[in-house]
Amino acid sequence: MTQLVIEQALNGLQFGLMLFLLAAGLTLVFGIMDMINLSHGSLYMGGAYLGAAATHASGSFLIGMLTSMAGMAVIGVLLEITLLRKLYQRDHLVQVLATFALILIANEVVRMLWGSKPLMLNPPANLAGPVELLGFSYPAYRLLIIAVGITVAGLLYLLVTRTRTGMWVRAGASNREMAEVLGINVRRLFTGVFALGAALCALAGILLGPLLAVQVGMGESILILSFVVIVIGGIGSIRGALIGSLLVGSVDTLGRALLPTLLRSVTAPEIARQLGPAIASILIYLLMAGILFWRPQGLFPARG
Amino acid sequence: MSTLLDIRHVAAAYGESQVLFDISLAIGEGEVATLLGRNGMGKTTTIRAICGFIPLSAGCIEFSGATIAGDRPAQIAKRGIALVPEGRQIFPNLTVKEHLLAFAANRSGNRDPWTVAKVFSVFPQLAERANHLGNQLSGGEQQMLAIGRALTTNPRLLILDEATEGLAPLIREEIWHCLASLRAVGQTILVIDKYVQRLINLADHHTIIEKGRGVWQGSSAALDADHGIWHRHLGV
Ligand SMILES: Nc1ncnc2c1ncn2[C@@H]1O[C@H](COP(=O)(O)OP(=O)(O)OP(=O)(O)O)[C@@H](O)[C@H]1O
Ligand SMILES: [Mg+2]
Repeated sequence: MTQLVIEQALNGLQFGLMLFLLAAGLTLVFGIMDMINLSHGSLYMGGAYLGAAATHASGSFLIGMLTSMAGMAVIGVLLEITLLRKLYQRDHLVQVLATFALILIANEVVRMLWGSKPLMLNPPANLAGPVELLGFSYPAYRLLIIAVGITVAGLLYLLVTRTRTGMWVRAGASNREMAEVLGINVRRLFTGVFALGAALCALAGILLGPLLAVQVGMGESILILSFVVIVIGGIGSIRGALIGSLLVGSVDTLGRALLPTLLRSVTAPEIARQLGPAIASILIYLLMAGILFWRPQGLFPARG
Repeated sequence: MSTLLDIRHVAAAYGESQVLFDISLAIGEGEVATLLGRNGMGKTTTIRAICGFIPLSAGCIEFSGATIAGDRPAQIAKRGIALVPEGRQIFPNLTVKEHLLAFAANRSGNRDPWTVAKVFSVFPQLAERANHLGNQLSGGEQQMLAIGRALTTNPRLLILDEATEGLAPLIREEIWHCLASLRAVGQTILVIDKYVQRLINLADHHTIIEKGRGVWQGSSAALDADHGIWHRHLGV
């Protein structure tokens, strides 16, 4: 049991860190430009496909990863300049409709390029096996994801909390007009944020590729989780996105793995078997409702 | 003395509803000027037009000889205009020190530029609060921070919109004192406020607007001499 808990806690941490890579970009886009971008999940899918294709072509996972990040950053900038920029002034319904259309287009484009069968993406050969950890074995590749996730989350956190650029981003997220009148070109700053957000989506896409299937529609489910994360964390807040991701990642993972077992100890096995998965799948929404009841603006509101 | 800001016959609207009809105002380098008028007459809107937030439907605005109407707010700011806005607009998620570091520049080529340390020496309360977030400050501290933040850009023109509103008398005095010492070092200032007598002591000349039109312009002496103007146009 302890081993299961530790293992699932690590899985939860790993999933939470990957969620953070998506949620970071999403929360800043929402916070600074007041823009709901549903196509954020498509950047994640695009990153996974581009990464898989580049890995197969080059034979190196690392090259695949870097290619996919650079490629999606470029695609993100083009998307922002040509299309999304026109949506900032529109209301949220227009943004939702337009970026939902982008999801459909992205899914079709991917299907045309790579077909509708899921792509296989193997982890780097030297990380394919398990490693011994505290007396039990854990997949080496998952440890790599945790390490990369912690590193990137740490760098991003430093960028946002310790640098002048980070101050501008936070200022822009909480009061765009005031940032402008102090001399910050929020539009250009935002294009940069968008490029970084797209690259982080790509990183999450290719890292999760070997664990989940690289397939059309993979962006949608994770997009919903990312929205839950940023609402919990407080829209526009990087710290909120980090805490929210770790919460959602671990509650979701641990809930799914442990809840049926826990229920079995208090109710009849038949009921536990049916109720367990059902409750587990809505656990994060219960978490969100609870947090919003207690703090309607989320944990770390960026706006005054 | 050369003209720094020159507003000529400006008109502007929020969408369909026209708010400014005919505003003119010129401020020379090193002068302190005021913009006066009752509530809702268009003072803040005039400031928003200067800062590039709303387009002009007529007239023009020149800063240091170059037309700025049509520029983006960030471009206008970089030319050397800084705003202490109505409602202070402190960033809740930046610390006091970050407010003073993030936008620091020397846009006027000041030989003794405003820095974090210099702002802290003028407003010692802020130094004690250096690592507090903007939303943890009192109203008075927020106002000092808003002024300090504008000063760290070392602006050629400092604009203050209702900087003493809602403050305790002692803090208000501190702000007036600060403005007087800014004037003494040659800072050009445009100020909007309700305390006419204080403004007469502080400023060189005044512009009164009513329903988006300039209705009176003159020196401090002229405004001081005729309290009828106060009653007619300012309701005090
Ligand atoms: N965003 C807006 N959209 C439409 N009308 C507006 C907007 N902001 C202000 N107004 C209107 O424009 C007029 C002038 O407002 P403004 O804020 O410029 O007045 P003010 O002189 O600064 O007043 P106060 O002393 O209350 O600050 C008012 O009638 C106000 O209702
Ligand atoms: Mg006003």
